Parts: sequence; C-alpha cells; structure tokens
Amino acid sequence: MKILVCISKSPDTTSKIAFTDGNKQFDENGVQYIVNPYDEWYALVRGLELKETLGGNLTIITVGSAADEAIIRKALAIGADDAVRIDADPKDAYFTAVQIAEYAKTNGFDLILTGKETINYNGSQVAGMIAEAMDLPFVSLATKLDINGTTARMEQEIVGGVQVVEASLPLVVSCAKGMAEQRIPNMRGIMAARTKPLTVVAPAAVEDLTAYVEYGLPAAKSAVKMIDPNNMDELVALLHNEAKVI
Amino acid sequence: MNILVYINSSNHLAKSALEAVTYAKKIGGTITVVATGSVDDSTLATLGEYGAERVLVDRSVATEDSQQVTRMIAKAAESTGAELIIFSHDLVAKAVASRLSVRLKAGLISGAVDVPNTANGFTVKVNVFSGKAFGFVSVKSPKKIISLLPNSFQPEKTGSACPVEAFDGAAGTAAIKVVETKIPEGEIPLPEAELVVSAGRGLKGPENWGIVEDLAKALGAATACSRPVADIGWRPHHEHVGQTGVAIRPNLYIAAGISGAIQHLAGVNGSKVIVVINTDPEAPFFKAADYGVVGDVFEVLPKLTEAVKKFRSTPH
Ligand SMILES: Cc1cc2nc3c(=O)[nH]c(=O)nc-3n(C[C@H](O)[C@H](O)[C@H](O)COP(=O)(O)OP(=O)(O)OC[C@H]3O[C@@H](n4cnc5c(N)ncnc54)[C@H](O)[C@@H]3O)c2cc1C
Repeated sequence: MKILVCISKSPDTTSKIAFTDGNKQFDENGVQYIVNPYDEWYALVRGLELKETLGGNLTIITVGSAADEAIIRKALAIGADDAVRIDADPKDAYFTAVQIAEYAKTNGFDLILTGKETINYNGSQVAGMIAEAMDLPFVSLATKLDINGTTARMEQEIVGGVQVVEASLPLVVSCAKGMAEQRIPNMRGIMAARTKPLTVVAPAAVEDLTAYVEYGLPAAKSAVKMIDPNNMDELVALLHNEAKVI
Repeated sequence: MNILVYINSSNHLAKSALEAVTYAKKIGGTITVVATGSVDDSTLATLGEYGAERVLVDRSVATEDSQQVTRMIAKAAESTGAELIIFSHDLVAKAVASRLSVRLKAGLISGAVDVPNTANGFTVKVNVFSGKAFGFVSVKSPKKIISLLPNSFQPEKTGSACPVEAFDGAAGTAAIKVVETKIPEGEIPLPEAELVVSAGRGLKGPENWGIVEDLAKALGAATACSRPVADIGWRPHHEHVGQTGVAIRPNLYIAAGISGAIQHLAGVNGSKVIVVINTDPEAPFFKAADYGVVGDVFEVLPKLTEAVKKFRSTPH
C-alpha cells in the first residue's frame, strides 16, 4: 500500500489575522505556522493507521519553499516515512494541485489523502483538482475510511445523515473530522524525523488561474445588547421585531 | 454572458439551489440550469421563476460520483457556450467544482459572498481565514467557476416557469457506489438550518441536553455544540461547529454555556444574529454577540423556551 498525504501550512488557529501592503498581503508578523489541522489530524493520522495495519509506505508532499520544512519535519515526526517538497510558491489551488498530480502520476500511489480544506483559504479545491488531473475517482469530506483489498469504503456526511460509499483503488480522498484522532509526536519520532528522507523536486511548468488581489476584515459588531435573565419575553420580542429572525 | 448553474436536487429543491439561480440572475445573462437528482420536471420548471431560461436534466448521473457529474457539466457547458458556471458550495460542489476547474481550465472561486466585480477584470469577494477575514479573488482564465456560500443571497422570484429538457450528459460509468444511506428521522440538518441552538461545556454533561433540545424544538431549530463537547462524546461529531468542525451561517445562533474561543467563533461568525447565554460576564463570546444574557443556562434556557412557546402560540 503506497499512500501519499498532501500537507499544507496554515497559520496557528489563534493567530491574529491582519494584512499589510495596502491590504494586499497577509501580515505574517508574529504568526506561527502549523500543519493545516485537517491534513494533520485526519489525513495523515488515518493514513498512518492504514499503513500500520496493511503495511506499505506513507509519503507526505507539500508545495512550498525551504521555509516550510518545519511543517514537513512535524509530519515526519508524527510518523510519515519520507517527504517530498515541490520547490515553488503555491500560487493558487490549480497550480498546487497540478504540481502534486505531476509528481504522483509517476510514483504509483494507491491512495492520495488531503484534509477537507485549509483553515486559511477554506477552498476545498486541491484534492478534486488532483483527482481530475490524474483521472482518478474522488470522495470528498470523508469522515471514515477503511480499505479491504483494493476496495475503499468511506462515510460522508450528507444533508441530514450519513452516506456510505465504496470505490476501487487508486483513489483520492479528502478527510474531515471523525476519521482519526490527533497524534502528538513523541521524542523518538522527533529524533527520527531529522534523518528521514526529504526529496526536493523542481516544479513543472504550470500556470495559475486565480489570485488574491486584496483582503479585508469584517466590520466590527455593534455593541452587544444585554438582556435581563428574568426577562426572556423581551429577548423573544427583540428577535422578532428588531432582529427579525423569528 | 452565458451562465450555467448546476443544481443537485434529490427529493426537493434546496433553498441553496434557488439562491444559486437568483445569484446568476443578479449577475445577468442567459441562464441555463443543469440538474441531477430525482426532482420532477414540474418542480424544476419553477427555477424559471428565479431567472433560469431552461433546465437541462440528466437523472441517470450519480451525484456521489464526481467524475460523472463533472463530465455532464462539461458537456452542458460546451453545448450552452457557458463562460461562467455557478455552484452552491455544498458537498457535491466541493467534489465537482474543483474537478471541473481542471477539466475546463477555468479559474475556481469558492465561498463567494458577492456578485463579481467586472469593472477591472473579474473579481469576487470570498470568505477566507475561516470567516475571520474576506478576500477578493481575481480570475485570469476566460472560463470561470464560482461556488457560492449558502445564505449569502436570498431567493428572489422575478419570472415564470421555464422549459425542462432531458439532457444526455454522456457521463460514462460511475466509479463510486453508494452502499448505504442513514438518515435519522425528525432532525433538522445543521448546514441547512436557519435557526440553531448550540451548547458547550457549560451544560456540564450529556444528560442535561434536554433543555437545549426543548428550546430547539420550540423554535424549530437545529442543535449544535462546541468541539470539546463532541470530543468527549456528549454529542455526535456532526454537531461540532467551528474552525475544525462545520461552518454554519444561520439567521440566528444561540450559544449557551460556550466561552467563545476564537476557533469556535470561526465557524459561526457568519451568523446574522448571535445570542450568548453565559454565567461569566467576561466570556469572550459576548464581544461577538448581538444579544447577551448573563445567567445560568439551567435557569435561562427553560425560561427562554417558555417565552418562545408563548410567542409561537399567539398570532403575529
Ligand atoms: C487547533 C484548534 C482547533 C479548534 N477548533 C475548534 C472548533 O472547531 N470548535 C470549537 O468549538 N472549539 C475548537 N477548539 C477549542 C476551543 O479553543 C475551545 O477550547 C472550545 O471552543 C471551548 O468549548 P466550550 O466553550 O464549550 O468550553 P469552555 O471553554 O470550557 O467554556 C464553557 C463556558 O460555559 C460557561 N458556563 C459554565 N457553566 C455555565 C452555566 N451554568 N450557565 C451558563 N454558562 C456556563 C463558562 O463561563 C464558559 O464560558 C479548537 C482548539 C484548537 C487548539
């Protein structure tokens, strides 16, 4: 079983979100980057569990600069066997996905996993794009994933319930909550990560289709209106007459 | 401009489908809908009221199979000469819009909250950083795809029923097979809910959720929870909202016994109105709230439920 897990960096979940350069750039001042939680907690950990029961190899891949090697080492410390970094600025989802697909095409993976989205761009784009570029089936936002021989069985949350689907490998899956539990790397893992192989690959010639031209912060909420806990009739009246939501 | 709107309609036309057609109408152009799913022709025809000029439907396509849906939409896009393809940002769109982007080499904008600005190129406002900020994305490619965040536009009727035509999407065979569907009875699905009652660790234990469910029932609301509550198994995972759970944008979000950590807010700050009930007047959630009640959930929730019942039983 050869598994490829795509990881992205994202700002730590407590980061203050601010912009510089006339609102054209994300302000990285004081921002700590982490492995995007969906990639780490769900895709990577479930990939490792599958590898541990079925045998095989788990490679992580990211598109980024040398500065992103801290997140690669973190993923290796959690248990990935080796890593690939495509040495390019991940300009947009299309650029990133096609780079990963180009690498994956020639390396025969049975399973390609990603998180369901990044917590900074929330696009849910890369996994489907990889699948299309490789002409593979794709299951989005899976909350469970089991492999039996060459068949994958997954659960997805649909409106009002759960759907169980099956597909044959090779397959691309984006992973959501429910799939696995977060793993904290131990000392041995951290030491081992230092010597695990990291291959740096030159990017393919790929164009980008979209660009963020500006950012902004939502308008501050007007001050909260406090209601007497013994007067819930007033709250209901405000929700009806003022807020008009009931 | 020729616009194609994709709609996935099992059982009924979701509100988000009407929103997507309304959105296309606001952009302006010749609007064709391409649909999958089991909704009948006469229901699909009502999409004309929201701006569709015709509906193409291929009921043989399996919506769970992103390759089939992608092939069908690509064929419809070609036959209608679509320059812009619109989705509602739901589970199917999350699997299909990205594929279609590669197939058509069309730049994809996900999570759009406004109509495109075409004054200088083609730029669309989207939610980023889990709702903590917004961004403007420009698309360079001639063909474009927009996945619209639900509850950003309300459906508006402007016309009358339109023709519905059977369409052969040439979708090929399905690689994904549904083996089981489990839909619990009587629950209001969280992502579609307009009213949501949510509770956190302040409820102290799963046995106390009755007062949350009573309020939800009185309002006709869905229930949600904070992450620790789902992690310790007090509530099912699909109720977990926040940065690492479901992101929701209801009209009303009532948060009881939730502190309002930044990761929680990220999933709910798109709500139109937020009510916070917390014993701690310093709880960070009050800063994000429209209405606040400093009080004990075990007293306030039953009182609020009674007030809602009283309100509901009198005509307005
Ligand atoms: C990477 C990361 C991702 C995360 N993602 C999420 C996420 O997606 N969603 C999420 O929710 N959290 C998330 N968290 C966790 C988040 O930081 C908070 O820990 C969590 O939201 C707190 O849940 P809570 O408000 O229920 O509990 P607490 O923080 O313990 O708050 C309980 C609140 O209840 C109040 N209270 C207590 N008793 C009563 C009473 N009787 N009546 C009224 N009020 C009472 C208290 O004053 C307190 O404000 C994430 C954390 C990290 C690090």
